[in-house]
Amino acid sequence: MPAYEPWSGDRATEIIRQHADRPGATLPILHALQEAFGHVPEAAVPLIADALNLSRAEVHGVVTFYHDFRREPAGRHVLKLCRAEACQAMGSDALAARAEARLGVKLGETTPDGRVTIEPIYCLGLCACAPSAMLDGEVIGRLNAARLDGLLSEAQR
Amino acid sequence: MTRVFVPRDSGTLAVGGERVARAIAREAEARRLPVEIIRTGSRGLYWLEPMIEVETSEGRIAYGPVAETDVAGLFDADFLAGGPHAKRLGLPERIPYLARQTRLTFARCGIVDPRSLDDYRAHGGYRGLARAIAVGQAQVIETVTKSGLRGRGGAGFPTGIKWKTVADAAGPQKYVVCNADEGDSGTFADRMVMEGDPFMLIEGMTIAGFAVGATKGFIYIRSEYPHAVAAMEAAVAAARRGGMLGGRIAFDLEVRVGAGAYVCGEETSLLESLEGKRGIVRAKPPLPAHHGLFGKPTVINNVLSFAAVPFILAEGAQAYADFGMGRSRGTMPIQLAGNIRHGGLFEIAFGITLGELIDDIGGGTASGRPVRAVQVGGPLGAYFPPALFDTPFDYEAFAKRDGLIGHGGVVVFDDTVDMARQARFAMEFCAIESCGKCTPCRIGSTRGVETIDRIIAGERHADNLAVIEDLCNTMKFGSLCALGGFTPYPVMSALTHFPEDFGAAPRLQAAE
Repeated sequence: MPAYEPWSGDRATEIIRQHADRPGATLPILHALQEAFGHVPEAAVPLIADALNLSRAEVHGVVTFYHDFRREPAGRHVLKLCRAEACQAMGSDALAARAEARLGVKLGETTPDGRVTIEPIYCLGLCACAPSAMLDGEVIGRLNAARLDGLLSEAQR
Repeated sequence: MTRVFVPRDSGTLAVGGERVARAIAREAEARRLPVEIIRTGSRGLYWLEPMIEVETSEGRIAYGPVAETDVAGLFDADFLAGGPHAKRLGLPERIPYLARQTRLTFARCGIVDPRSLDDYRAHGGYRGLARAIAVGQAQVIETVTKSGLRGRGGAGFPTGIKWKTVADAAGPQKYVVCNADEGDSGTFADRMVMEGDPFMLIEGMTIAGFAVGATKGFIYIRSEYPHAVAAMEAAVAAARRGGMLGGRIAFDLEVRVGAGAYVCGEETSLLESLEGKRGIVRAKPPLPAHHGLFGKPTVINNVLSFAAVPFILAEGAQAYADFGMGRSRGTMPIQLAGNIRHGGLFEIAFGITLGELIDDIGGGTASGRPVRAVQVGGPLGAYFPPALFDTPFDYEAFAKRDGLIGHGGVVVFDDTVDMARQARFAMEFCAIESCGKCTPCRIGSTRGVETIDRIIAGERHADNLAVIEDLCNTMKFGSLCALGGFTPYPVMSALTHFPEDFGAAPRLQAAE
């Protein structure tokens, strides 16, 4: 489970400065901030805008365009279930429904105790070992109901 | 010291490869046996992963699929000397799946250590670049053009012509961009190259930079591929240390990571994203070749296109063009995925039929049930029924049957598939991933989901079928890029070939 730093404007400014000189720095900065804080809080937007000489609207537009960037912290564990065709062909829809039922939340939501976030993902490139998933960055192939239950128990601990 | 090869490919890791590698190290230490574990890419025979290999006097002997619990037994069976065991597969090159392939691009994948520049060189690496420098820029472009190589990302545009346009464009600053945003479901060849033979991609991009006069390149990798990102970054660092990037080679590379937007696989959207903006598609013209990254002339190609170039330069245009059929020259790394018994990478000359791929090579479905539909070319590709299995793998042959080969992904479905649901998913996916710039894609996809829902519900069936067809036409001809433009392929092919799944269900008129 990744441990994130608490939000700090000074620390964010320092991270932004490390990447600001790269051409097209917005995405590298957003990735770095999310890696540090677990999400990209609203307070980061004006700092990025200032460093890159962009408007807040432009930075906001980028943050919200990409599925990866979180505006709120995720649960302690994040389970991403592949919903794309190769995994569908191997029964991923039933697995997603099972995960939703077991946790009592929908894909894209976090359990009320803040332990697990489940999310859809569209292809991990593990299409010959479908269905696939990713738990806290670890890739998982040949998923089935029993293995999914194991992952969910692990994540709920 | 016995050398044991264990893939670090994500596909292997996803099925326990790391645990197997650790178990081998542990067991070797406990038995005081001198073993060196080398982490490679995958051979691409995924149903046999984790597939490990051991170097013996007769060559490498493969075992697979190896579970962590098999490892002690393998040592007992003296696998380090190639001893007999239930999981013994023999020489990998003799496994029919591999023996039937023509591996030009994937010749080294699964064999070499992807972090070792020396290993790459020892297996023929950098001969293409040496040849390129020897013959000069114009001759490099001529060679790539003559090879008949077409963009492997899906569009199939001749690579040599693209390069010539950039070479002829004026400007002190040009770029080479690699599209490694392999978002199509059913495809993983780019990932395998990056994780298994990354120096080949670096060499291909370096040759492109030399040919068009670009000194800087970017590899844009999707964030869903963390292992490919790590492998490419390690390889770029190794190439720099070894003097093959930056310094005496007037070309340097940077790895950039996407952020989960499928549309960024579209080249102009990818360029916007690299510039730090929303991944909104640009209208063409101007072409990226004239007005690309940061407004500069840019070569943008798929991983497999760049990866084919070192072979073409090293062996000559004809050696590549000798393979293939019609206007599709060379080999295509085809990816067999979904509900298939023998899923994996199958590189072969264009011309093999879909039926051969699925029945002979893939061994039919994993579930053992009959094949009902096959989607070729990712989420924007058409669904083909077994009646079209005589279609040869060739850009034009697929186009003639209202399909596309795209990036070479083949996803197999058995007879439990509901094709109306697949058609609905195609529209839904387009709605989720649309960049929003053009109306046919942004609005059309949402209306498409609604219309298919009405068809499924049996609501004004004939009228709604006419609406979906009309909508598909609007999207096909009115969208700015392939996302909106090609979403009609899976939808219309499902309707055309599987009309029974959209059958006029009796309209629910019960007391609601």
